[in-house]
Amino acid sequence: MRNGDRAASDAILLRLEEITTHYGPIRILEQVSIEVGEGELVCLLGGNASGKSTTLKTILGLVRPTSGRVLLRGEDVTNRQVSYRVGRGMAIVPENRRVFAPLTVLENLELGAYLRHGEDLREEFERVYTLFPRLHERGDQLAGTLSGGEQQMLAMGRALMSRPRLLLMDEPSMGLSPALVEQNFEIIAQIHATGVGILVVEQNANMALSIADRGYVLQTGQVVLANRSSELLASDELKKAYLGR
Amino acid sequence: MSTPNDAPPRIGVDEWVARSGERRDRGSGPSAAIVRALERVGWWQRLAVIAAIVALFPLLTSSDYAVRVGVNTLLLATLALGLNVVVGWTGLLDLGYVAFYGFGAYGFALLSSNQLGSSGIHLPSLLAIVIVVVAAALLGLLLGLPSRRLQGDYLAIVTLFFGQIFVETVTNVAPKVTGGPNGVVGIDPLNFFGLEVTTTRGYFYVLLIVTVVIMGALHLIDSSRTGRGWRAVREDPLAAALMTIPVNKVKLLAFSVGAAVAALAGTIFAAFQAGAYPTDFDTPFLILVYAGVILGGSGSIAGAVLGATVVSVTLELLRNPSQAATLFYGLILLTLVVRVRPWRKLGAVLAALVAFGFAVHAVIGAISASAVAGHPRSGGWVGDALGSWVVVPADPKGPGNIAFVVLILGLVALVQLKGTARTVLLVPLLYLAAFVWETRLVAEASITRQILLGAILIVMMNARPQGLLGSKRVEVL
Repeated sequence: MRNGDRAASDAILLRLEEITTHYGPIRILEQVSIEVGEGELVCLLGGNASGKSTTLKTILGLVRPTSGRVLLRGEDVTNRQVSYRVGRGMAIVPENRRVFAPLTVLENLELGAYLRHGEDLREEFERVYTLFPRLHERGDQLAGTLSGGEQQMLAMGRALMSRPRLLLMDEPSMGLSPALVEQNFEIIAQIHATGVGILVVEQNANMALSIADRGYVLQTGQVVLANRSSELLASDELKKAYLGR
Repeated sequence: MSTPNDAPPRIGVDEWVARSGERRDRGSGPSAAIVRALERVGWWQRLAVIAAIVALFPLLTSSDYAVRVGVNTLLLATLALGLNVVVGWTGLLDLGYVAFYGFGAYGFALLSSNQLGSSGIHLPSLLAIVIVVVAAALLGLLLGLPSRRLQGDYLAIVTLFFGQIFVETVTNVAPKVTGGPNGVVGIDPLNFFGLEVTTTRGYFYVLLIVTVVIMGALHLIDSSRTGRGWRAVREDPLAAALMTIPVNKVKLLAFSVGAAVAALAGTIFAAFQAGAYPTDFDTPFLILVYAGVILGGSGSIAGAVLGATVVSVTLELLRNPSQAATLFYGLILLTLVVRVRPWRKLGAVLAALVAFGFAVHAVIGAISASAVAGHPRSGGWVGDALGSWVVVPADPKGPGNIAFVVLILGLVALVQLKGTARTVLLVPLLYLAAFVWETRLVAEASITRQILLGAILIVMMNARPQGLLGSKRVEVL
């Protein structure tokens, strides 16, 4: 395993230290170490069953690792609940978007800020509406009646409502048309530009690397490649890692 | 937010296509216009107006029986409101719900009668109600505990078991305390600061206030963070957890609120009938509450009340044969008007039906006088109108039973058929329905009640699967 040089930022938002995770007797992740710096856009690539989802679940706290540590801005959160972690500045755009279909767009956004009960959310709404004017237009519409692209916007907006420092994205291009995928990644880049650190978990390596600062490639539960995006794109190690040797 | 009323988009452009679903939901024509006009009035104003109209009801009738029906309706409405929190909003299939109603009734009974101790316990009503409701809320938490692990059908089984345990417990476990199958009798009436509620009308108003207050409270909760949390948990527990909603706590809270509402209804019920009996809290009653919630539209406050009202009033109307007959024929006619289009076809079917009836009556009368010797059992003008049209034998039981089976088979055939054959079959089937009604169904009032209620529910749910006031299911594609 090679260590990619991180972009020039001092503070580290998220650090996985040699995470090993089992489902029963089966080892899913082995010694996975990943870092996301403040304001950095990192992508985690890998094919099916490479351990991408489990890594994400470990970060969120839905799965407990057998060994290793999860550090969130220097704090050890390995044994903390999901809500604690989200309260510490983490939010997720789940796979398949998972918006609350029979609730309105507005209610979905408010749920994103569930922890920030009683606080003034005007600033957050403004930020989300600036990024996604569509959501403002459709505030009273039920989320289930939105188009796929709009639902993706809503899922991202919902995640941003908790004012995260770190945004996790699980397969943002899943189930979208190629045109929408492109639009989606433009939006991710836009969010990145506002200073939010982002970890994108993707199968679509080229698209993800085109906007990311750095990338990790997982294969059967191990990090086999870690480098700057440009170098990953240029080398054919990526292809090898994806297709197996 | 934005009102899509101004300047409709040109037909065919993207915007127009995007709004097609919206247009379909809004509908057109006079009914949609009424709905939209109603929507412009605020929720609270609507509640106040409806409550005021309902409050006039006991003043308009001199019949104590009618007000008694009103009391039962309000009780069912209150129960439906509580069940709606658990089932409609949080999506937990709680089949033990009526046990909390019974818990409230028995709790109040024991605290306000001679049942316990040598001279009994006679707490002030408000105190007793508060104690019982709080205890029920805690019990609700306890029953909610399995909901942390169990989902859907599994939770339903566990809670159904709980409901049965309750009935068994009050019937068999400690007859000295709960009175066994005879229940608890001699319960004090409600008593608020020296003011005793003894009349049916009094209970009607107490319940009306309780129902309106609960509706108001639930409306506030619905639009609050907690309400959104409930619905989010119902839709997608995992996504809800990722939004940091404490899923388990939210579920327990729903159980607890539902239990408290049911127990509150139970206390008033016990005071009203001055007794608590185990059979009042059995599964058939649970089905009525569910019918109310589902019919009204799961997830809607006004829907729960409306659904419970329809169920309760329908059941009551079906008690009286002539009213039941009016309802039976009225519903058939209504279904025909709605389903048989165009008008020419409907007119033809009705004309054929009348002719068919007179012909059958004449032919059968000519063959055997005893076959038409009976008179329709439906009283009132309906019976008179049908006198020389529908065949009623002197001994209707045998032919009625056979006709009932034939009618069911005919209905199955009717559903399978298409086009002209269907229209043609409709005529004799309608006549057969009248025949079965007059010979058999009208004589078996209690069974007919259940069958008819079931039929009404099936028809209504087919016509409007989301319930009377429910919103359509939206699935993520």
